[in-house]
Amino acid sequence: MKARVHVMLKDGVLDPQGEAVRHALGSLGFEGVNGVRQGKVIELDLADGTTEDQIAAMCEKLLANTVIESYRIETL
Amino acid sequence: MRAAVIVYPGSNCDRDMEVAFARAGLDVTRVWHKDTTLPAGIDIVGVPGGFSFGDYLRCGAIAANAPISGALRDHAARGGYVLGVCNGFQVLTEAGLLPGALLRNAGLKYICRTVGLRVEGASVYTDGYGAGTEIALPIAHHDGNYFADPATLDTLEGEGRVAVRYTDNPNGSARDIAGILSENRRVLGMMPHPERAAEPAHGNTDGARLFAHLTTALTAA
Repeated sequence: MKARVHVMLKDGVLDPQGEAVRHALGSLGFEGVNGVRQGKVIELDLADGTTEDQIAAMCEKLLANTVIESYRIETL
Repeated sequence: MRAAVIVYPGSNCDRDMEVAFARAGLDVTRVWHKDTTLPAGIDIVGVPGGFSFGDYLRCGAIAANAPISGALRDHAARGGYVLGVCNGFQVLTEAGLLPGALLRNAGLKYICRTVGLRVEGASVYTDGYGAGTEIALPIAHHDGNYFADPATLDTLEGEGRVAVRYTDNPNGSARDIAGILSENRRVLGMMPHPERAAEPAHGNTDGARLFAHLTTALTAA
């Protein structure tokens, strides 16, 4: 089985990379881009039967830093 | 007095930290990240700067879960001293030994230069300078932008746990914080590099007093 973990900076945590991307889009002429937040996607190839709780434990322990990041698990 | 410096793949200030400890009079051993115990009788553990595990995932995240981490946590829980510099500070926040996190610099650039700092919180690391003393130390980081929620920042300031502050904030750190202390004031994490400004050949010796005073304080304890 596969799972996809989406990790994003929490609201209220400044994302300077997203801001730089927003500026770059503006300078390319794309108007109306009011905000950009940049995160990461981690794909996991897992043994069948791996539970969502186990994936959540992976997120809490390593994949996300919950001081600054939130995560969302998508099983495929 | 004995010190251990942890070495991760990608550490590059481990030798500098070892030399700084040794010149201050400590007996120093370097410890590989795959070890699961620290040598007996270690008083202080140094977590050095560098790019542990290539900064993959998040700076310090993989190092914080390395096999040596259990022994590092036990050492801190026993009231042992820990000094984390630069990547070492990132490792200590990722390991939960210090609050907050270090984000990408607000200006997005890697910054490598000497910056002004004001020493604040009382500890074996900072008492050699005295609160309010201004010093200069080199920084070299891409992710040194200290972040914590406002309540945590208030606690750190209220308890005098901000060890050093930037006099001219280079990286967007909350409340100009460059280094913080644990609740028992024995764990210090800081982005600036005292070990790179510790002898005349470095062109700056402002960092030497941290190591000298630390050794004196530990020896007297």
